[in-house]
Amino acid sequence: MSKLNLFEKVWKAHSVGQLQNGQTQLFVGRHLIHEVTSPQAFGMLREQNLPVRYPERTFATVDHIVPTNETQEPYSDPLADAMIKELRKNCKDFDVTFFDVDTGKQGIVHVVGPEQGLTQPGMTIACGDSHTSTHGAFGAIAFGIGTSQVRDLLATQTMALGKLKVRRIEVNGKLNPGIFAKDVILHIIKVLGVNGGTGYAYEYAGDVFDSFSMEERMTACNMSIEGGARAGYVNPDEKTFEYLKGKPYSPKNENWDEVVSKWASFASDEGCHYDDIVKIDASEIGPTVTWGINPSQAIGINETIPNPSLVDPKEKASIEEAIEYMKITPGAPIKGTPIDVAFIGSCTNGRISDLEEVASQIHGHKVKEGIKAIVVPGSQVVSKIAEEKGLDKIFTDAGFEWRYAGCSMCLAMNPDKLIGDQLCASSSNRNFKGRQGSPTGRTMLMSPTMVAAAAITGVISDSREVFSS
Amino acid sequence: MPLEKISQVSGNAVYVPGDDIDTDRIIPARFMKCVTFDGLGEYLFYDMKFNEDGSKKNHPLNDTKFANSSIMLTGANFGCGSSREHAPQSLYRAGFRAIIAGNFAEIFFGNSINLGMPCVSVSDETRNLISASIEQDPKCEVVVDILNRVIRVGDSSYPHELREGARDSLLNGSWDPLDELLQANQGIEDIHKNLAYI
Repeated sequence: MSKLNLFEKVWKAHSVGQLQNGQTQLFVGRHLIHEVTSPQAFGMLREQNLPVRYPERTFATVDHIVPTNETQEPYSDPLADAMIKELRKNCKDFDVTFFDVDTGKQGIVHVVGPEQGLTQPGMTIACGDSHTSTHGAFGAIAFGIGTSQVRDLLATQTMALGKLKVRRIEVNGKLNPGIFAKDVILHIIKVLGVNGGTGYAYEYAGDVFDSFSMEERMTACNMSIEGGARAGYVNPDEKTFEYLKGKPYSPKNENWDEVVSKWASFASDEGCHYDDIVKIDASEIGPTVTWGINPSQAIGINETIPNPSLVDPKEKASIEEAIEYMKITPGAPIKGTPIDVAFIGSCTNGRISDLEEVASQIHGHKVKEGIKAIVVPGSQVVSKIAEEKGLDKIFTDAGFEWRYAGCSMCLAMNPDKLIGDQLCASSSNRNFKGRQGSPTGRTMLMSPTMVAAAAITGVISDSREVFSS
Repeated sequence: MPLEKISQVSGNAVYVPGDDIDTDRIIPARFMKCVTFDGLGEYLFYDMKFNEDGSKKNHPLNDTKFANSSIMLTGANFGCGSSREHAPQSLYRAGFRAIIAGNFAEIFFGNSINLGMPCVSVSDETRNLISASIEQDPKCEVVVDILNRVIRVGDSSYPHELREGARDSLLNGSWDPLDELLQANQGIEDIHKNLAYI
């Protein structure tokens, strides 16, 4: 039998056939929806009088627009209120399971899927959200899609897609102390560029990914799209199976061994073909911070902001544009840049292990006066575990605000927004112009621990120094 | 319902310079608080076009010379970032029917083709030549000729690239795949039943 990589195996198992235009009609076994990109799709179904073909394969939650400082409905923003009501109605009308705000299961769709056990090896998963690549951490092939494709999935459970190439990215060796999954993925994007992954799925591998926890793997897979790759995955292993054991939607235990051997069979075969292989040395990766307006514009904490007059002329214009927008000085160290806001949360870094890691560091520290610092758990499940462990108290004692679950200030579709040109140290995934809700707001991406260090010192800092004692 | 066969798009063009123009810039997230796509054209490039006090910025889309453009010319990696279909929808609803760029982010490209809005890629040199032509004569007709794989501006003709599958679906009027997907009824049911998971 020929040797195949995981992507090829999963693709083959879900191919219905070839379409006229050469694309594949791909069956998507798990469809996740949320309030922003689904209402128009349901509208199109109603217009064409189409049913949802397999409602049991679609799960909904509400995340982008939910306020994180109030739970009472109607929400003070009437548009947000209309959106949650619309999703509720659509789920009811079309018989779709909805993890609503009163279920204890609501949260960011890419946090909810894995923690409910909906995300499993060998699946095809799609959601109208580009960070769907997160689910690849379990050895699933997971795509972000547009609303017309949400419609296609609701109506047929399939969509039209061209097959991707596969690039294996091996990070070998050992990470230095104080270096996190976020640093690894920011480093990968810096090396390969924001569009280096166009046309590819990324297979993350090597010593570092083998040793990563499931949540660390999710952080890395989450940002695949920031490197242009539509999907990213890690081959399933014992950690994957252990994580899934006993989760609400995981297969039941009586045939567990059978399930595990099926899951394991999806892993890439030894000696299979890859369209490209990139190797990265783990020891080169330091605490990484973005300075610009796309996630590849990143540097190590001890490096300086690029000088446009010293770079490749092709990059000059974009570096100048970024420096002007960010109001920073070419050649200056990034360390010491004053911040206004600190945000810990998002589908990249809003999981329990992220909050535990930060909470373990901040004992005895206080958020610097004048800095607004918020912690937004990725889901109600994360919230509950954190509160049971007393993490909320650790955060509030240190001067952080402890919020309800949602996407929050990652994209600021709820009331959590930057004001004017505030600079935010953020554990989210995008530093685009205006991303955090103010057209002139500025974002620097980094690990949650680095965000906490910045919140405490009031400036971009090396967390290894801040938390050394 | 048969779809339009799109073999070419012609009209006036506007040049929006810059690489890596992301979907948040094309349509800021706050304008996605809606349950239909109606009216999204109004918010296209909103924060690029307007200051916070509502006054107009110096932006090509605010320039009356280019007011009737139906083709946008722009830089590399256009549409990077989120999967929001709101981005191509806002372009389409603002009157754009084709985009010419250095190249495109994957999801944006697919979303645009699904709307029947061709996205063709050109070299930096071609981009510079076309932008010079439209700068010189904003009323010149630009033709994105899908069938012959070229862009025509006045007497000049430049090659463009468009992925074969997307090109075919525009040419044969199958750019919205739903009807074709619905036809594979039994094939869908077979996979649904055979998969080890629900």
